[in-house]
Amino acid sequence: MNEPQAQTTELLTADHCKTSGGHLACQGCGGALSLRMALQVFGKECVFVIPACCMAVIDGPFPVSSLGVPLMHIAFGATAPTASGIRAGFAAQGKDEILVVGWAGDGATFDIGLGAVSAAADRNDDILYVCYDNEAYMNTGVQQSGATPRAAWTSTSPRQAPKYAAKKDIISIMAAHRIPYIASVSPSHPDDFVRKFQLAKKIKGFRFIHIFSPCPPGQRFEERNTIKIARKAVESRVFPLLEIYNGKKLTLQDIPDPQGLEEYIKLQRRFDHFSTEDRKQFESDINTHWHELHDWAIQSGGLTGENGKRNS
Amino acid sequence: MSVRLEKVALTGNQALAHAVRMAKTQVVAAYPITPQTSVVETIAEFCAKGEMDAHFIQTESEHSSMSACIGASMTGARTFTATSSQGLALMHEMLHWAVGARTPIVLGEVNRALAAPWTILSDQSDSMAQRDTGWMQFYCGNNQEVFDTALLAFKLCEAVLLPAMVVLDAFVLSHSVEGVLLPHQELVNQYLPLRETLAKLDPDEPHAFGGMMFPDVFMEQRFKIEESMDIARGVIMECATEWDALTGRLLKPLHCYHTEDAEYIVMCLGTAFGAAMQAVDQLRSKGIKAGAIRMWQYRPFPTQELIDTIPDTSSLAVVDRAVSFGCGGPVGTETKAIFSGNNQVKVYNYIAGLGGREIRSSSFEKVFSGMMENTASQNKINWLEVRQ
Repeated sequence: MNEPQAQTTELLTADHCKTSGGHLACQGCGGALSLRMALQVFGKECVFVIPACCMAVIDGPFPVSSLGVPLMHIAFGATAPTASGIRAGFAAQGKDEILVVGWAGDGATFDIGLGAVSAAADRNDDILYVCYDNEAYMNTGVQQSGATPRAAWTSTSPRQAPKYAAKKDIISIMAAHRIPYIASVSPSHPDDFVRKFQLAKKIKGFRFIHIFSPCPPGQRFEERNTIKIARKAVESRVFPLLEIYNGKKLTLQDIPDPQGLEEYIKLQRRFDHFSTEDRKQFESDINTHWHELHDWAIQSGGLTGENGKRNS
Repeated sequence: MSVRLEKVALTGNQALAHAVRMAKTQVVAAYPITPQTSVVETIAEFCAKGEMDAHFIQTESEHSSMSACIGASMTGARTFTATSSQGLALMHEMLHWAVGARTPIVLGEVNRALAAPWTILSDQSDSMAQRDTGWMQFYCGNNQEVFDTALLAFKLCEAVLLPAMVVLDAFVLSHSVEGVLLPHQELVNQYLPLRETLAKLDPDEPHAFGGMMFPDVFMEQRFKIEESMDIARGVIMECATEWDALTGRLLKPLHCYHTEDAEYIVMCLGTAFGAAMQAVDQLRSKGIKAGAIRMWQYRPFPTQELIDTIPDTSSLAVVDRAVSFGCGGPVGTETKAIFSGNNQVKVYNYIAGLGGREIRSSSFEKVFSGMMENTASQNKINWLEVRQ
């Protein structure tokens, strides 16, 4: 495991935009950790839109707010168009420099808000849309979403009636909109995380960042294992780290020798019930997705190492 | 200031679009639905030609249109959308949000019946179904009033921080051409200065809007909305009086026709009023003391105005173009509640004109006969001209 670069550590620990203490996230929340890191990159000149999701609770009840930047709470399926409206409102008043961020969970993005996300992407509205993905409706008590992996336990996909379909391929859906920038990040890889958020902050038009966001109570693991699970997800090819420019050119952080899938599964009790067949199907889903992306990368943007440097 | 007027032949939808243009609206977000389309088509054309400096967002649904309007309004921008029927129903969740967020959005609502079965024709069931959202509602009687009401709505909404619907009947107003007096832009600027607001999304003064409220404060937030509705009653009169002084046209909560000495009164909203007045003339020619009322202001409900207007010992038939199944017409039931302690005023409720069925003067004559001949029921819904 590489230590983060000095400038990453410096940025992430600087005082300029820290979320305040006392927020309401569970211990070991991958989403809260990612939010803090993203805010450190964004600075003060930004506005957040947050729909119904854990983050709407985490920020704190009226009259407190832990984000430290303007925040508009909005209904579940309304993140993207609300952000588009904010962008238009600012544009009408000559305030183009303010970064408008939609920050939504997988339910709001993969499911109830998907049509609205698609429309904002289609219009190429100048917003940064971030999906922190914990692979189920965790805020309402762990129900299945379009982001839930096949056969993983949730309260609406119990062992006896598991989810039939593989995780929805949100990256390809967004790429089909030919938006300027798409990236996937994991809080276990802060250098990569910070670099991609810095880049996304600068690009104009609709940007989409997909965060792998481990959830101890929902995915049923010990709080201390958040980063470990996030890292295993990347190293086992469960969650590929990539960037896509204009929906075409894909660069993929290569994992030539995938490792840790067994441990990734074993650490999370949502996979407790996996039969040999479930286990094989899970790995098959991961491999299928990985090879699609790998082929795409070879044909377009190429492969990189963990440092973001292009592999020769 | 001189009142320079230009009379232009406009449909109701075009009159609405001109008001949005002259209000210097900054963000318009909308999704197409018949019969609303020509409102936003006209606005899109104004924007494309540079006649209007607004950001036009075409969304993929009315739910998103209202979401975009809420976002834009939260930055302090003046914001408009328009819709009808299914579109308004799809907006429902966000209509509540717009009120809770205290965003002064103006919505052009072209009345169209709700499916199933499909129809594109007019009744008021779509907007009446949104009466509990906290939106102010104004039902227009002609295209001039559409224009005047829209400008008043912006001024009013921004003063009381509540959104408003400018409601017009499908086709009868939306697609019918009338002469509309357009004031000079300077006059509109004087009446409606650029929007200023303190509570907005501003990185220099960061706040969270719409976050969780616990029971210790939630009810107070709701009470504040009701308080603003009450304040709006006075602000509506102030805005209307100011507009009257500038143009000579007075918008009134209730438009009354021969009600002072009336023994029998019919009340409706929207364009059916023309037929109601005809029926009144017909009855008056026979010596019957008939009268008619058109309710322009539906939310906040003009309770005191009704009490002041309806003469004692008269009979009042409220003709609703909407029905709350299992209860009655929305306006009828609310009017009955006002006069429930008054044994002298008899209130009847008729349902008529659903799904575009015409309400003619002969229809209103039947309503008058129902009251006069005691064949109408005070306790039940009276369905007018329906095959049973």
